[in-house]
Amino acid sequence: MEESVILREGYTRLRKTRAAFIGGLLALLVILIGVAVTLGSAGYTVGESYLAILAGIFPETFTAPDMADVIIWEYRLHRVLFAVAAGFGLAVAGSVMQGILRNPLASPFTLGISSAAATGASVAIVLGAGFVGGEYLIIANAFLFALLASAAIYGMARYRGVSSETMILAGIALMYLFSAVTSLLQYVGTAEELQAVVFWMFGSVGKSTWTKLGIVTLVLVCTIPYLIYRAWDLNALAEGDEVAAGLGVPVERSMIVFMMIASLITAVIICFTGTIGFIGLVAPHITRMAIGGDYRTLIPASGLVGAVLLLAADSIGRSILAPQVLPVGIVTAFLGVPFFIYLFMHRGDA
Amino acid sequence: MVLLMVEDLSFAYRDREVLSRVSFSMDAGEILGLVGPNGCGKTTLIKCIDGMLTPKCGRVVLGGQDLGGMHRREVAREMAYVPQSTGNQTASTVFETILMGRRPYLNWTVSPEDEERVIAALDLLDLGELAFRKVAELSGGERQRVMIARALVQETKVILLDEPTSNLDIAHQMAVMEVLHGLAEEKGLAVVIALHDLNLAATYCHRLLVLAEGSVYGYGAPGEVLTPEMLESVYGIEAVVKQDLPAPYVVPVRPGQLQEGA
Repeated sequence: MEESVILREGYTRLRKTRAAFIGGLLALLVILIGVAVTLGSAGYTVGESYLAILAGIFPETFTAPDMADVIIWEYRLHRVLFAVAAGFGLAVAGSVMQGILRNPLASPFTLGISSAAATGASVAIVLGAGFVGGEYLIIANAFLFALLASAAIYGMARYRGVSSETMILAGIALMYLFSAVTSLLQYVGTAEELQAVVFWMFGSVGKSTWTKLGIVTLVLVCTIPYLIYRAWDLNALAEGDEVAAGLGVPVERSMIVFMMIASLITAVIICFTGTIGFIGLVAPHITRMAIGGDYRTLIPASGLVGAVLLLAADSIGRSILAPQVLPVGIVTAFLGVPFFIYLFMHRGDA
Repeated sequence: MVLLMVEDLSFAYRDREVLSRVSFSMDAGEILGLVGPNGCGKTTLIKCIDGMLTPKCGRVVLGGQDLGGMHRREVAREMAYVPQSTGNQTASTVFETILMGRRPYLNWTVSPEDEERVIAALDLLDLGELAFRKVAELSGGERQRVMIARALVQETKVILLDEPTSNLDIAHQMAVMEVLHGLAEEKGLAVVIALHDLNLAATYCHRLLVLAEGSVYGYGAPGEVLTPEMLESVYGIEAVVKQDLPAPYVVPVRPGQLQEGA
C-alpha cells in the first residue's frame, strides 16, 4: 500500500517535470522571439519590439513607436517565426525517424533526404531544369527530390521487407548517390552556379516570406497533432518491431506512414532553407536526456528545443559579424556540437 | 478446459518450409515448453501463434475464437509476446516501459486504473525499487522481469515468451521461471516458452513440444518426451536421462563415452 502511493507520486512527478520543461521552453522561446526581432540596423528595445508585434495584431489597442511595426512586420518577424517553425519541424521529424528506425543517428541528413533536396536544387541552379518554372524552380525541385528520396527508401524497404536496417541502409546509399550527383553538377557548373549551389547548401532562413511561413506552418499544423495522437505507437515502435507488433501496432503500415510524414515535414522546410542539418539530430537527443522518451511529450518538447536552437543560432549568425550574416546552418553546428558533446559526455547516471 | 488450440500450422519463408503441420492444445494454467535445436522453428512458431507471421495453412483458436480474422489490437488483448531480449537503448523508465503494455487498451491518456495495473505488476515482479530507473541501465535479469511485467499488464490469457532465460545466470533463470509458474497457476494463464535448457524446461513445464526441422517430433509430459533416443535423433548427441528427482534431467556425455563405461 505504502509503496503504491510512492510509485503513483513518482509517476505524477515525472509528468509534472515534463510539463514544467515544456512550459519553460515556451517562455524561453517567447523571450527569444522578442530579442531576435530587435536585431537589425534599426535598433529597438525588446519592449518596443513586443509592442510592435502586438500593434500589428491589435492595431486598435497598441501603437508602436516610429515605424517599428512596419519594419518588424515587413522584414523581421516572418524570418524569426520561420526559424521557429523550421526548427520545430526538423526536430519533430528527427525524433520520429530516430524512434521508428531505432537508430540514434537517423535524421533527414543520414537518410539521404537532405542530400536529395540539395541535388534537386543543384539541378535547378545548374541545368535550369525542373518541374515548376519561375521563381519556385529551386524550391519545387528541392521539395520533389526530397520526396523522391523517401519514396525510393520506401520502395526498397517494401521490396526487401520493411525494417529499420533496410531503411537506414537504403537511406545511406541514397545519400552517397545524391551527393555524387550534386558534386558532378558543381563540377560542370560555372563559377556563379557553383557559388549558388554551395550557398544553398549552407542553409539559411534569410529568404523567408509570410507565404513560405504560411506553407510550412500549414504542413506542421496538419501533421504534428496526428503524430502526437499516435504517440503510443511511436513509443512501442521505439522498443522494437516485435515488441510493437506484440502490443497490437500494425508495424509495417505505421512505419511507412510515420516515415512519409517525417519526410514531408523535412522536405517542406529544407526546400525553403537549404540543408540545415543537426537540429533534427540533436534536438530530440537533448530532449530525451532531459525528460525521457515518451513521445506524448517528446514530440512537442523536441520541437520547442529545435525552435529555440535554430532561432538562437540564426540570431547569433545575424549579430556576431553584423552587418554580415552567417548562414544558420553553419552557426547551428558551431553552437550545437559542443553543447551536444557536453551533454553526451556528462549524461552519466543523471 | 482447452484455452489455446493450434491446428495443423504450416509456415514457409518464400518456398522454404519452416513449420510443417504443427498441432497442440493447451489448458488454462498450463506451461508448454518449446524445445529443439537452433533453427528448428521455435521463434517462427511463436510468431505464427501471435499472428505476426501469417501461416501458410492451419489455424490458431483461442477460447473458441479463430485468431486469423482478428485485428492486431484485439490479438494484443488476448496474447502477450515477449521477444528475445535485444538490450534496447531507449530512454524509457521501467514504469513507462511496463505502461506500454497497456497500449491495446489506452486511448491517449493514462487512467488511474492503468497506473494501478502497472503498480501491481511492479509489485508482483519485485520491481518497485527500480520503477523510475531507465531500462537501459538494468541488469539482464531485471530487464527480463520488466518485459514479463509489460506482458502481464496486457491482461491476456496467453503469454508467449521467446527464450526468456537466455543470458541469465542459473539463479535468475529459476527466478524468472518461478514467476511464470506462479502466474500460470494463480491467474490461470497459458504460458508458451521457447527454451534451450532442457533441464529447466523439464523442471517447470507441464508439457514439452519437441520441434525438429519444423515438425513436431514429440509432445507430452517431460518424462515421456525427454529420452536418450529423442536427444540422439533430434540433437545428435548422446545423453543419459535420469529420473531420480521430481523432474527428469538430461546429462549429456561425450561421443563414445557411454560405450566405454559399459
